[in-house]
Amino acid sequence: MTEPVFSWIGKALPRKEDPALLTGQARFIDDLEPVAGLRHVAIVRSPHAHGRIRSIDVDSALAMHGVDAVVTGSDIAAILKPIPSVVRTPIRYMPVGVDKVRFAGEPVAVVVASDRYLAEDAAEQVSVEIDPLDPVVGPVAAMCDTAPLLHEDADSNCVSFRTFRYGDPDTAFARAARTVSLDYTFHRYASTPIETYGVIAHAEKAPDRYTVWSNFQGPFVLHPLMAGALGVAGNRLRLITAPASGGSFGIKQAIFGYILLLSAVSRLTGHPVKWVEDRLEHLTASSAAAERVGRIDGAFDENGTLTGLRFDNIANMGAYLRPPEPASVYRMHAASNGCYRVPHIAVENRLVVTNTLPVGLNRGYGGPQFFFALERLIDCAARKLGFDPVELRRQNFLRKEAFPYTTPGGATFDSSDYDKAMDMLLAAADYKGLKERRADVRRAGNYFGIGFACGIEPSGSNMAYVSLAQTPEERAKAGPKSGGNASATIEMDPSGSVTVQLCSTPNGQGHATVAAQIVAQALAINPADIDVVTDIDTRNDAWSISSGNYSNRFAAAVTGAIVTCADRVSMRLRKIAAELFECAVDDVELADGKVRIKGIPNRALPVKRVAAAAHWHPDGLPDGLDAGLTETAIIHSETLTAPDDHDRVSSAVTYGIVFDLAAVSIAPDTGKMTVEKYVSVHDVGNQLNPLVVEGQILGGFAHGVGGAMYEELSYDTDGNPLNGTFADYRCPTAMEVPPVTVRHLTTPSEKSLLGSKGLGDGSSMTTPAALANAVADALGREDITLPLTPPTLWRMIHEDIA
Amino acid sequence: MKPVPFDYARPETLEEALALMANYGDDAAPLAGGLSLGPMLNLRLARPAVVVDLGRLALHEIDSLSPDRPVETGALVRQAFLQQRLKADLIMPLVGEALDCIGHYQTRARGTVGGSVAHADPAAELPLCLVTMDGSVWLQSTAGRRNVPATAFFEAALTTARHPDELVAGLEWPDAGEPGTAFAEFALRHGDFAIVAAAAIVRRNDDGRVSGIRLGLGGVEDAPRVFVGSDDAVNNFKDFVEQSMAVLRPTDDPVCDAPYRLALARKLGLAVIVRALERAGLHP
Amino acid sequence: MTILAREQRHSITVKVNGLRYTGMATPRTLLADFLRHELGFKGVHVGCEHAVCGACTILLDGLLARACAIYAVQADDTSVETVEGLGKPEALAPLQAAFQEHHALQCGFCTPGILMSAKAFLDDVATVGVAPTEQQVREMLSGHLCRCTGYDGIVKAILACAEQAIGKSRHESG
Ligand code: FES
Ligand code: FES
Repeated sequence: MTEPVFSWIGKALPRKEDPALLTGQARFIDDLEPVAGLRHVAIVRSPHAHGRIRSIDVDSALAMHGVDAVVTGSDIAAILKPIPSVVRTPIRYMPVGVDKVRFAGEPVAVVVASDRYLAEDAAEQVSVEIDPLDPVVGPVAAMCDTAPLLHEDADSNCVSFRTFRYGDPDTAFARAARTVSLDYTFHRYASTPIETYGVIAHAEKAPDRYTVWSNFQGPFVLHPLMAGALGVAGNRLRLITAPASGGSFGIKQAIFGYILLLSAVSRLTGHPVKWVEDRLEHLTASSAAAERVGRIDGAFDENGTLTGLRFDNIANMGAYLRPPEPASVYRMHAASNGCYRVPHIAVENRLVVTNTLPVGLNRGYGGPQFFFALERLIDCAARKLGFDPVELRRQNFLRKEAFPYTTPGGATFDSSDYDKAMDMLLAAADYKGLKERRADVRRAGNYFGIGFACGIEPSGSNMAYVSLAQTPEERAKAGPKSGGNASATIEMDPSGSVTVQLCSTPNGQGHATVAAQIVAQALAINPADIDVVTDIDTRNDAWSISSGNYSNRFAAAVTGAIVTCADRVSMRLRKIAAELFECAVDDVELADGKVRIKGIPNRALPVKRVAAAAHWHPDGLPDGLDAGLTETAIIHSETLTAPDDHDRVSSAVTYGIVFDLAAVSIAPDTGKMTVEKYVSVHDVGNQLNPLVVEGQILGGFAHGVGGAMYEELSYDTDGNPLNGTFADYRCPTAMEVPPVTVRHLTTPSEKSLLGSKGLGDGSSMTTPAALANAVADALGREDITLPLTPPTLWRMIHEDIA
Repeated sequence: MKPVPFDYARPETLEEALALMANYGDDAAPLAGGLSLGPMLNLRLARPAVVVDLGRLALHEIDSLSPDRPVETGALVRQAFLQQRLKADLIMPLVGEALDCIGHYQTRARGTVGGSVAHADPAAELPLCLVTMDGSVWLQSTAGRRNVPATAFFEAALTTARHPDELVAGLEWPDAGEPGTAFAEFALRHGDFAIVAAAAIVRRNDDGRVSGIRLGLGGVEDAPRVFVGSDDAVNNFKDFVEQSMAVLRPTDDPVCDAPYRLALARKLGLAVIVRALERAGLHP
Repeated sequence: MTILAREQRHSITVKVNGLRYTGMATPRTLLADFLRHELGFKGVHVGCEHAVCGACTILLDGLLARACAIYAVQADDTSVETVEGLGKPEALAPLQAAFQEHHALQCGFCTPGILMSAKAFLDDVATVGVAPTEQQVREMLSGHLCRCTGYDGIVKAILACAEQAIGKSRHESG
C-alpha cells in the first residue's frame, strides 16, 4: 500500500509573490539604480507621420544646463545595424529614424542629461527639420499603386504576399451547396500594462560588453538579433530583467528596440543611461496588435457541413516589420480550422506597411483577429443557412474521438471534448431561457442578441512557425528550425534550502508560486521554503531562444522543465540516501522534509543532512554522482517539429479551449450596449493552481471586453495618433467589466508532463468575436466593426439621421 | 512627461495671492486641487511662469445655509466635502446629484469646486449646475470683488470671463426651487467627462404653482447652456425641449458626431425634466 | 508667503508613514518622483503621470491624492501615507491579506494605489457604519486602472474587509 502523498500541485495556494507586492517591496525596473553615474534620457520624436529628415540641430540643446550629450539617428546608425526579419523584403528596421521618419512618434534623437526633467527640457530644444511626405494610414490605401512608398528599397508597401493551400479548397468551393462570405475590419488596440517600458543600458569598457537592465519579457530569440545589430558576440550582450514587471501581455517584447537604442547611446556617450517610457510614448510609439482587413469564405454542403475555408488577410504591420513579426499573422495559421473538421483550407496573407506604429506581441497575439473572422463567419452562416449557431457548430466540431488530431495546417490538437464544452456553455448560460428572453425583448421592439465564439488556445509556441512567412525554398536555404525549449535550474545548497531559477520572465502570472508547488511536491518540502527566482541574467542563467513569457508557454512548456529538474534532484537525494542506508534507490522516498526508507519511518534522514553530504563529502557519493546538488533541465517538446515543404507546421504544444457565449442588449436612444450574460468555458487541462487560473481567465476577459467595446488606437488621415493619454485611450474600469461565469472542462493534455495546457490569452481572443456576434444578432446585420462604442452602435441604428 | 520649470508661490492670504495675480497675470497658474492643472503641466500643455498654490487660503467655507440667501461656497471647498455636507444638510439636491457623477472617489477627495469652475471643461458638472441654477462666480482681484453670472462666465471650452489678474474665490448658488431638480449624464466610461450632461429645475411660486423651468445642457456645445421656459413650457415640455434642440450647435469630434450629441441631449433633457417634475410632485 | 525659484532645489520636509524625512526638490518635482527617488518610497508607482491610472495614489494629510498631480513643494510640512506604511511582508495588514487571499493582484503594479484608496474607503465605511454594495466598491475602484485582474478579486477583497470594518465599528460603538 502506498501512503497518500500530500499534493501541492493543483492547490489554490495563495501566491508567494504577493507579500512583496502588497507592501511596496517588490522591485520594478524604475526602482533600480544598478550602476553609479546613471544619466537620464529623453527621446526626441518625429511629429510627422512620414518625412525625410533634412537636418537636426542639437546645439542649443547641448548648451543647456545639465545636458551631457545629444545623439541623433545618424550617430546611432554608425554603430547599429538594422534588425532583419524573416521576410526578406529589404526593410531596414532601426529603433531610430535615420534618413526618414515613418510614423509620428518615431525616435529621431536622444538627449542625455543629469535628470529626466532637464532631458525633456533639452529635447524640446533639439530642432528637427523634416520634409513631410504624404502619409498613408490604412493598409488597403497603402497597397494602391499611387500610395506613398514607405521603404524605397522595397517596391511596394505590401512587403510580403504568400498563399497557402491545404487539401483542395478550389474544388470544395466549386462543389459547395452554399458559400458564405464575410468582409471585415479589425481595429488596432493595445494591452497597455500599467507599468511602461524601462531600460538601463551600460556599455562597459572592460569587459567590453553591453549590460542592460530592463523589463523585457522575451522571447529571447531577440537576443541573438540584438547582439547582431550591435555587432557583438552573444556573450557581449548581457540582458538582465527586473525582479518584478508591471504587466506586459506581450507588449514588453518590443522593448528590444529601446534596448538597442539605449545601448548605442551608452556606447557613444560613455555614460550608463536610463530611460523610462512615459504613457504618451507608450500609447503612441511602443507596440500594438495588428489592424486587419479581411475576407473569409466558407463552403458548406446541404447539411451545413463545412467543407472549405478561404482566408484573405491584409495585415497592417505599421511602419516596419519588427521581429518577431510577422508572427502575429502566422500564430493561428496551422490551426486555421479552429474547432472544426474542415479538410480544405486556403489562406492568402498580405503584409502591409503604413505610417503607423509597428505592431508586435499583444495579448491573444493574432487570435482576436483570427477568431473575429472565423467565428463571425460561423454565426453569420448559421443565420444565412437557417441553422441555430449551436447546431451549425456541433455539425462541424471535431469529435472527442478525433484527438490527438492533426489539422490540415499541421498542428496537433492534444485533447478536448468540444461537444461537452458546448453542453456546459449552454447549461451555464441557460441558452433556452436567453432565447425566450430575446424573443420577448424583440416583441417589445428592442434590441437583444446572442453571440458565440469558440476558440482554441495554442500554447507553447514552435519558434519556427514564423518562418511560414518564407517560402519552403527560402526556409531550406536558411536551414531548419524547430522547437520551443524551456529551462529550469534547481539548486539545493549545503543547508538544504532550495532555489529555483526559471526562464519564463513572468509579469504577474504567478510562475514563482506554481514552480514552488511543483518542486515542493517532488522534494516533499513546503513551497514556502523554496525561493523562486524569475528574473533572468543571461550571463548567469540557463536560457535559450525561446525563453520568455509569451504564447501561454508556462503551463504548456516551462512546467515540464521544472518537473524534470525537480525529479533529477529528487533522484540524486535518493541515491545519496540509498548509499547511506545501504539499500536500493527504489526503496528510498522523500516525505515530510525527510529522506527515508519506504515502510520504515524511523529509517529517515532530514533532507538537509543528505544535501550536506552532497556538498561536504563528494568523495562519499555513489559512483557517477556529481558533487553539489544543482540541476538544470532544458527540455523541448517533440511535437514541435520543423515546418514541412507543404507549409505544415506543428505550431504549439497544447491547445486548450475558450468557448464563449455573450448576450447583449442595446439601448436604441443612446447606443449603449449592456452585456446581459457572458459565459466562458475553458479546457486548460489539469489546473496547477486554480487561483492563478481564475485570475488569468478573468484578466483575459477584461482585455477582450476592452478591445471589443472601449479601446482603439486611432489615427487621423495625416497619421497623427489620437489617443495619447489614459483619458482618451479608454481602458475599462471596474464599472465597465461585466460579470462573467466561468466553467471548466478538464481533459488532461498528453503533451505536457503535468497534463496542463497553457492559458492566459483566454477570452482576449474570443470576446471581440462573441460580442460582435451578439450585436450582429441584435441588429440583424453583419457589418459590425469594433469597438462597439455607444456612438458607433447608435449610428448603426440611426443611419437615416444626417 | 515632466512639466516645464516654474516658480512656485504659496500665499498665506487672499491678499498675497491677489498681489501675485496682479503681478503675473496670464503667466500665473492658480493651483487648487491640481487635478486639471497637474496633468496639463505634466503634458507641457500649460507653461506658466509661476504656479500659485491656493491651498492655504481660507476659502474652504460653505456659507449661509439659510433658505432665503444663496449658498456660498469658497473656491477651495473640496468636492467630496461638499458632497457630504449637501447630503447631510439636505440642500441643493441638484448639485448633490451632480457631484455623484464627477470624476472618481479619489479625484473628488482633492478636487475643488472653484477649480472645476475655473477650468471650464464644456462637459463639467459643476459649471452646468451653476448655469442651470443661475448662480454666479465670485471673482476677486486687487481691485475688488465682482460677481459674474454663470451664464456669462463660461465663454468657450476652457475659456472664461476671469481676467488674468483675478481669482475665482467662490461660487454663489441661489435657491433652486427644490425639490424639483434633476441631473443626468451620459459618459463613455463611468467617471469620464460626460458626452452630454443635463440638469433641470422646475420652479414654483409661493402659492405652489409652477412658474417656470430651466434646462441646462453641458457637453453639447463648447460651454454649458441653459434654456429658460415659462409655466407654459412646463405643460408642453416636449415642445420646449424640441425648441431648445433647434437652437443647439453640437460639437462634432472623432469620438462623437453632432447628431449623436443632439440625440443624447434630447433624451437626457426630457429625462431630467420628467424627473424634476416628479420630484416637484407634478406628474408629467 | 513662500516663493521658490524654479532652478533651485529646496529643502522639503514631509512626514511619511509617521516618520519625518527631509529631501530636496525643485518646484516642478512631482511628489511621486520625490517620494520614490528622493526618499526611497518605491512602493509609490507611476503609470501615467496625468492623474488617471491611480497607481500613484497616496494619502496626503488624510485625503486621497494622486502623487503625480501634486508637486513636492506643495507637500512641505504635510504628512503622507504610502503602501509601505500599511503592513509588513511577514505581517500583512488585514486589507493586504484579503488581497492575497482573493487573488486581487497579479503584476501588483496598480496595487499600492488601490490599497490606499481602499484604506480611505474602508475608513469611510467604518465611520458611516453601513456595508457598501458591490456597486459602490466598483464605483470607488473606477478611479484606478488595473490591466491584469479584471477587478473581480479586488472587489471581493474589499467587500470582505468592509464586512470586518462594519463588525468592528459595531463592536466598538456597542
Ligand atoms: S501615475 Fe498618477 S494617476 Fe497615473
Ligand atoms: S495587477 Fe497588474 S495592473 Fe493590476
